[in-house]
Amino acid sequence: MSILFGKLTLAALPHEWFTIAGTIFITIMGIAVVAFLTHKKLWKWLWKEWLTSTDPKKIGIMYIIVASLMLFRGAIDAGMIWLQQSLSVGVSNGYISPNHFQQIFTAHGDIMIFFVTMGFLAGLWNLILPLQIGSRDVAFPFLNTLSLWLYIAGAIFVNLFFVLGGEFAATGWLALPPLSELQFSPGVGVDYWIWSLQISGLGTLLGGINFLVTILKMRAPGMTLMKMPMFVWTSLCSMVLVVSIFPILAATIALLTLDRFMGMHFFTTSFGGNPMMYISLIWSWGHPEVYVLILPAYGIYSEIVATFSQKRLSGYGSVVAGSIGITLLALLVWLHHFFTMGAGADVNAFFGIMTMFITVPTAALVFNWLATMYKGRIRFFTPMDWFVGFVFTFTLGGMAGVLMGIPGVDFQVHNTLYLVAHFHTMIIGGALFGIFAGITYWFPKATGFTLNERLGRYAFWCWIIGFFASFVPLYILGFMGATRRLDHYEASTGWQPLFIVAGVGLIIIACGALFQVLQIIVSIKQRKQNIDKTGDPWNGRTLEWAIPSPPPVYNFAIIPKVTERDQFWADKASKQTAKQVYEDIHMPKNTALGIYTSGFIFLFGFAMVWHIVWLAIVGLLGAISCVIIRSFDEDTEYVIPADEVAKMEAERKSFYG
Amino acid sequence: MKTKTKIAAIILPAVLLFFLLFLLAGHSNWSLLNPKGPIAQQERNLMVVGISLMLIVVVPVFILLFTFAFKYREGNKAKYAPNQRHSTKFQLLLWAIPTVIILILAVINWKSTHQLDPFKPLISNVKPITIQVVSLPWKWLFIYPEQNIATVNFVEFPQTTPVNFQLTSDAAMNSFWIPQLGGQMYAMAGMSTQLHLMASAPGSFAGSAAEISGQGFSGMKFTAKAVTNSDFDSWVKSVQARRTPLGLAEYNKLAAPSSNNPPAFYSSTDKNLYNNIIMKYMMPTQGIQ
Ligand SMILES: [Cu+2]
Repeated sequence: MSILFGKLTLAALPHEWFTIAGTIFITIMGIAVVAFLTHKKLWKWLWKEWLTSTDPKKIGIMYIIVASLMLFRGAIDAGMIWLQQSLSVGVSNGYISPNHFQQIFTAHGDIMIFFVTMGFLAGLWNLILPLQIGSRDVAFPFLNTLSLWLYIAGAIFVNLFFVLGGEFAATGWLALPPLSELQFSPGVGVDYWIWSLQISGLGTLLGGINFLVTILKMRAPGMTLMKMPMFVWTSLCSMVLVVSIFPILAATIALLTLDRFMGMHFFTTSFGGNPMMYISLIWSWGHPEVYVLILPAYGIYSEIVATFSQKRLSGYGSVVAGSIGITLLALLVWLHHFFTMGAGADVNAFFGIMTMFITVPTAALVFNWLATMYKGRIRFFTPMDWFVGFVFTFTLGGMAGVLMGIPGVDFQVHNTLYLVAHFHTMIIGGALFGIFAGITYWFPKATGFTLNERLGRYAFWCWIIGFFASFVPLYILGFMGATRRLDHYEASTGWQPLFIVAGVGLIIIACGALFQVLQIIVSIKQRKQNIDKTGDPWNGRTLEWAIPSPPPVYNFAIIPKVTERDQFWADKASKQTAKQVYEDIHMPKNTALGIYTSGFIFLFGFAMVWHIVWLAIVGLLGAISCVIIRSFDEDTEYVIPADEVAKMEAERKSFYG
Repeated sequence: MKTKTKIAAIILPAVLLFFLLFLLAGHSNWSLLNPKGPIAQQERNLMVVGISLMLIVVVPVFILLFTFAFKYREGNKAKYAPNQRHSTKFQLLLWAIPTVIILILAVINWKSTHQLDPFKPLISNVKPITIQVVSLPWKWLFIYPEQNIATVNFVEFPQTTPVNFQLTSDAAMNSFWIPQLGGQMYAMAGMSTQLHLMASAPGSFAGSAAEISGQGFSGMKFTAKAVTNSDFDSWVKSVQARRTPLGLAEYNKLAAPSSNNPPAFYSSTDKNLYNNIIMKYMMPTQGIQ
């Protein structure tokens, strides 16, 4: 049996109430979806039009859907964390065991970073980057679908223990050794953690390479680097970071895997192993990762503030320089995550000062956004609301962060709820608000109709008020000496009321999320009223607004020529229209090999978790075979003839008038 | 919503919330703002200086943000200059202001980091006391090599006397923290780190394990008690009189996982226990498991 199933025995199957509840929930949802698709006879359509698609616009939408589902999962974790911390005081031990609690906050962190924020961003990159650079596609269409499916495989992996048994890591989101070594974490939880990150991380790395090449090689003629829209610039910075740091993550986790799987001693406490090495390595990925998440958001805000102020972005060159400066500095500060490990004053002070210097380029960005609003004519649609909310929140969070750049202060707030509040301010108030702003802003481009403004505004207010109600108490708790990840504390600490206030904030945020769901449903129902016939609902400035919404499969019937920074804005001012001479368009064919490859990699990871040797071999060989098959496939493109393009364009014109 | 009401809607609830939380929290519980020793005192002052310097930039940002949002909203028909370009001078100014403030902070950072280096012994006329700290699953063991006693989840020392904590772990990594006396330091197996603290007056201070180290780490709390010299001497004598030695067998039992341990006191220990615990990760040692 053990040859067939490895360590996967009946005893490993779900037997705790939360895994059983998870199993039931996932099964019911699964059955419902399958029944719906079968009833409506949608399988073929789903497979041909969506799952196997190489169209970045569709891939982008699939990313965003999966990220939204994962946001739901991560939010439930947040609620469970809060409930335990509000209840487990003094004589009460709350409603879950310490081990379960630790699994929840570990999963919460990983899901929110790897599968929510990264997923949303990958979605926006796919949807918007090719349009903004005037391209019909990304550089490597197959790699793109593979990235998506590796991301989805990772997302399933992180939830797999619900259905197949075992547990998740109870180590904190970075699984720091020695706690994550076999000696202290003998279960499969850390292995699930390892393989969900390895698989999705591979997808991120491939995606990073893909978009890096896309931005560098596939821009429309005339679009020099200094004519690129800001979102393209900051995304480029983000990609540079991705390709620099994700190999570090992969290697670090691989070494941990060798420790756990082959009994090696890279990071153990004994036999010459050194856990400090892992901590340094993982943070040299982990700190820049924060900037992978936040830089694209800076770009989104730059687009939004210029569009809605109806004014050119102030200090473009300065903002570009600032973004590059942030990118470089991001690689030089990771040690601030372990000032308390005893590195010595010189080293600590160096990294502390480097950390503070990130403020300089960041402040240049903020000032330029403000200067863009100055003498603008600001239209307050929801994306602009998110922008204002962001500047307010982010500035406060940034201040909290710079403070931690002083080692003497960090010694006191390290590992406290102050730190937790700080990075939530940056990731929610910075990256997530930016994502929401971006989704609202580009929604009409992707779908052809705008989102309901009123519900969007309700969602915004719930999020911003809920955010402060949730996280100001955590800052205060930090000052009260409350460390993070506590499943229990004494009543004499006086922390309980603050935890409860934080929970109320969480409920307000949940209302915000509910309004967002409602907003989408209502907007779809009212799509006829909110239709965007112009392709340019916000009086935009960049190329994506020059084409119809939703864009045709080939994006641009004629590849635009770029002479200006805000090309579309300039075109609108000069009222010039290019002559319409259509040519044959080459587009990538759909392929299912991305799904198959990631399926085999998924099997490989699963086999590694449960030590099923034969399955690991099958998975590995299968994945390699798929890639080989793909590389010998010459027939990967199809052609839309010029007269067909002309016909499609004419049809569109007559439809939209 | 009108922009004016909007701005009020942001600021008012924020201010109210802060006051409410302030009341809820009760100021005396803010341990980081109530230091009881010179290190924590300096660390708190650093926070105050840091925040004040940054507010020089942050406050204008807020004022400009809300003023511009209000003044240049579409309905207000203020001056509109869609193609306005800012001069290079203006850009240089934007970079210069934060640079100056960060340079000031950098100097403060460099100086304070060297001053507050946890490895640096405190300057004092009083002879310091050494206490060796071992992070165990899930309790803290304190060894007094000079007094030849040991305690669990309770540490006592004389006031206004520098305390030299030496830290290691005989399990996963941990972080040793007494907020009212000063910042944390990691305790790691096979290594010895240092933390120098001092209490300026008698008192009992909460201590905790700040880094996740497994199942029972939430309960890994201890009390740090600062007392007068004579009280300390009599306390040491009372512990020495207890006839509860910490031999190897007792240590191995103590080092096995257990949660929420009450304070315990040992009348004598092996002089080399701390070093042996570290050395066992370097080479096999007899007796220690
Ligand atoms: Cu960092």
